[in-house]
Amino acid sequence: MHGRHGRPITDHDAHEISRVEELSYDLKIREVMTAAIKTATPDMPLSKVLEILRINRISGLPVVENEKLVGVVSLEDIVRALQKNDLAAPTSQYMTREVITVASYESIVKAIRTFTEIKLGRLPVLDENENLVGMITKGDITRGILVALQKDYKEEEVRRYRASHLFEDIISERTTLVLRYTIKAGDFTHGGKASSDVKRALIRLGADPQLIRRCCIAVYEAEMNLIIHTTNGGILKLEVEPHRITMSAIDEGPGIADIEKVFQPGYSTATEHVREMGFGAGMGLVNMKRCVDEIKMESTLGKGTKLVMRIYVPDQTVGVSRDGQNDEPTTDHQ
Amino acid sequence: MNLKDIIDVVEGTPLNPQVDLNVKIRGGIGADLMSDVLAASQPKAVLLTGLTNPQVVRTAQIAEFRAIIFVRGKQPQAETLAIATQENMPLISSPFGMFELCGRLRQAGLPSFEANVSS
Repeated sequence: MHGRHGRPITDHDAHEISRVEELSYDLKIREVMTAAIKTATPDMPLSKVLEILRINRISGLPVVENEKLVGVVSLEDIVRALQKNDLAAPTSQYMTREVITVASYESIVKAIRTFTEIKLGRLPVLDENENLVGMITKGDITRGILVALQKDYKEEEVRRYRASHLFEDIISERTTLVLRYTIKAGDFTHGGKASSDVKRALIRLGADPQLIRRCCIAVYEAEMNLIIHTTNGGILKLEVEPHRITMSAIDEGPGIADIEKVFQPGYSTATEHVREMGFGAGMGLVNMKRCVDEIKMESTLGKGTKLVMRIYVPDQTVGVSRDGQNDEPTTDHQ
Repeated sequence: MNLKDIIDVVEGTPLNPQVDLNVKIRGGIGADLMSDVLAASQPKAVLLTGLTNPQVVRTAQIAEFRAIIFVRGKQPQAETLAIATQENMPLISSPFGMFELCGRLRQAGLPSFEANVSS
């Protein structure tokens, strides 16, 4: 698919096009029209009309009698009068009586279609009672759409700004954003959902893509471990601070007999069923270790396991520096 | 290469209702072990796999793949397709086996994005 300028249409373009299309249905004519308009009356001399046109730099006027539109008078009509040296004549004598109008309560797409069908630059707008309430030009439509798009854009900007500057805007000695997910044992269908949500949250917070990737791979392996190996599932917790991210996976059993073994590449206790799904290759903890700066696991058979991982945010000026932080990752806080 | 070129090379069938065929694919990885995929991959690649469960899509998403090709004409489970569509991950089914597909894609100039063990 190619655009008007031979450039392929991207998803982004498609989104923009459809938003403009949407707006042309959403926006009503009354929202974009010019309401404060100059009008002429049927008995107004054309010389007076010409003066109004000249002062306001416009090319035509609607002609109104008792709030009802009775015609339009344009520069062309005035030229015809000029040829006969008849500028003193009343407007009614030269105006066009057959007027194409649009209704104020219709969508701007109606006005766009009318502009396409007829070669006029402006259209009178009538309300429900057929009273003249304004004029609409192609310029009004373009401006209306641009204003609406700008509003969309600003709203998105504000949302992004708020999320990515969260840590700068909130003043405290130590600000931590905690994300918490409950993971069910054996729930393979939703496996990875929490990690997807973590990824979206970190993108929203404006984290570095490389950091997001490391963090999400570690969280995903931990999430799958809770699904595969626990008796009753567990809690996945992310503590986001300006200078580091702490990830913990906490469960209540069955516990691990030999922690050193689970860190050995290839060691696995996964069932055949789990292996068939592509997991249980004994690489999970090896993978996690590769992605994070610190990893610590504590486990008691019959009680449960706590896994805590930490990634430090490089070049982070906000918050306490890495060296000044004395607390080692511990598994004793929930 | 973009996704359209890849689909041509593997004689594949796109499975999602809507797919952006212009998305750029920088490399490829073939694996049936999700941990291998997470351990060895680089972003913006295509994943060749014989697995069709929802985890494949989650894994691909976390490891930032741009598309998944199912080998040997495999069809994904309904949940897999649902998650893929929701997460905007293109799924493609190809009639060929893993070896043939890797060969075809390498020959067409797609680099391997599998990190080897030493690195």
